Amino acid sequence: MSATVRPTQRQRAFAERAARTVRGRKAANVTMLTFLSIAALAATLPLLVILLHLVKLGASSLSWNFFTQMPKPVGESGGGLANGIAGTMILVGIGSAVGLPVGVGAGLYCAEQAKSRLAQVVRFLADVLNGLPSIVMGIFAWEILVRPLGHFSAFSGGIALGAMMIPMVARTTEEMVRTVPNTLREAALALGYARWRTSLQIVLRTASAGIVTGALVAIARIAGETAPLLFSAFGNQFWSTSLKQPIAALPLQIFSYAISPYDEWHSLAWAAALVLIALVLVISILARLATRARAGAGHGD
Amino acid sequence: MATDLTPRATYAVPARETAPGASPMRTRIAVQGLDAWFGQVHAVRGVSLDLLDRRVTAIIGPSGCGKSTFLRCLNRMHETVSGARATGHVLLDGREIYAPEVNPVSVRKHVGMVFQRPTPFPTMNIRENVAAGLRVMGDRKPSRGETEAIVEQALRRAALWDEVKDRLGASATGLSGGQQQRLCIARSLATSPEVLLLDEPTASLDPISSQKVEELVYELRKEITVVIVTHNMQQAARVSDVTNFFLNGELVEGGPTERIFTAPRDPRTESYLTGRFG
Repeated sequence: MSATVRPTQRQRAFAERAARTVRGRKAANVTMLTFLSIAALAATLPLLVILLHLVKLGASSLSWNFFTQMPKPVGESGGGLANGIAGTMILVGIGSAVGLPVGVGAGLYCAEQAKSRLAQVVRFLADVLNGLPSIVMGIFAWEILVRPLGHFSAFSGGIALGAMMIPMVARTTEEMVRTVPNTLREAALALGYARWRTSLQIVLRTASAGIVTGALVAIARIAGETAPLLFSAFGNQFWSTSLKQPIAALPLQIFSYAISPYDEWHSLAWAAALVLIALVLVISILARLATRARAGAGHGD
Repeated sequence: MATDLTPRATYAVPARETAPGASPMRTRIAVQGLDAWFGQVHAVRGVSLDLLDRRVTAIIGPSGCGKSTFLRCLNRMHETVSGARATGHVLLDGREIYAPEVNPVSVRKHVGMVFQRPTPFPTMNIRENVAAGLRVMGDRKPSRGETEAIVEQALRRAALWDEVKDRLGASATGLSGGQQQRLCIARSLATSPEVLLLDEPTASLDPISSQKVEELVYELRKEITVVIVTHNMQQAARVSDVTNFFLNGELVEGGPTERIFTAPRDPRTESYLTGRFG
């Protein structure tokens, strides 16, 4: 026969208090989870709304002609933005040719000579440059290139975009290079690699997947920039691939068509916006794939 | 890098006994009055010793006794850390490696080094990893066909060939820790260094992998000079011909491994070996 153990009053009070705190913790957990999920959903909402809107208004104007034909005068239906698409590609090409080597080089220097005075200055200035309003970059390109040369040009637009890319690429390169373990540097040095060779052939190569991701993100950013081009590439109604002439660009055409009073131009602007956002999306997906390739290479041990 | 060429009478080179059964021994590296610093920290204090050709020399001592720093002075890796410097003489085959005209990069091509943790280059496959040092040999750089043969030979010498011969194109990071460490040894051997420095090469390995590396070290002394830094006294006893005991940056005692472990002359050596500190 076993005696029933009756909980003392103190034990009962303790159990009650415990039950209460558990209920409280659960409630707090549910509240916070709900709030954060709503915030997470809200963060994606603008993109979803924009995409839906663009597809609704722009998709009807998208056709093969949109990519192959030139803009038609007001009143004629049809026509495309072939010049803007080509122009954006040329501008992004020039921008990358300037921004990638300089940005990667600066980032590599800042990471490998992290404590040097110059690296600290460069790092700070890159952050400032990163926060610079893009319209200021346009004025800068106008002041140092357009005015001395006497005319707007694709070249000056590309330089403005390249200058915007430099700090973005430099900072991601630096971060990626810093993730390369120091033991790899030592291993290369011990094999008889000179320091510059270690940086270029071992460190930079090890960090390359991350740097490619950063570069693609930067390209996606500048592909949609309008303000730096207003005073440099200027825009062009006609087909031009000359670096010395003003050149069309999708963001510029979106801007000028959107503020025009014509319905045909409005729908072209919607379609151009859709193409631009699709381009950025594709680049972002490529960046994701590059990151995944890097994660895959890190297996083992 | 300051090279002090004045002779140092204060540090006597310890007398060296002959290792058991050894044929006439040649000194591969002669260290005379070596001091090394990290900033203000005096990590190696006036060490003088000879490293014999085709022998395994073990450096033992408690953590922070300067044994790794000493090792890193032998291929001028010490000075790659900012604030680090070294003075004294290190003669490789009679030539001063701290002479002002000597390029440290070329020293490292003659004195290979393997670290505590395996360091395969993650962007390279197994073959490229082994051949990595060959790419920087300048005018001595082998042709593609020769490289293939050298890679095979280096992997055989590192006792790894049979395990990787069918997947030379696979990523080196897919190998086990022990295999990676032997790969790093193969990578160092590929450039045919005269001396191989091993800085606690089994510290991050499991016992079976450690044993393989130890067997490898035992084999390697038929061909080259090996210096091994180790925390593990049993390991020093198993693989080395000569043992040097370091304490607080100083060389306390050196001699044939058997003698050091059976009849240490310095009471501090005896205390360490019997586990009274460290």
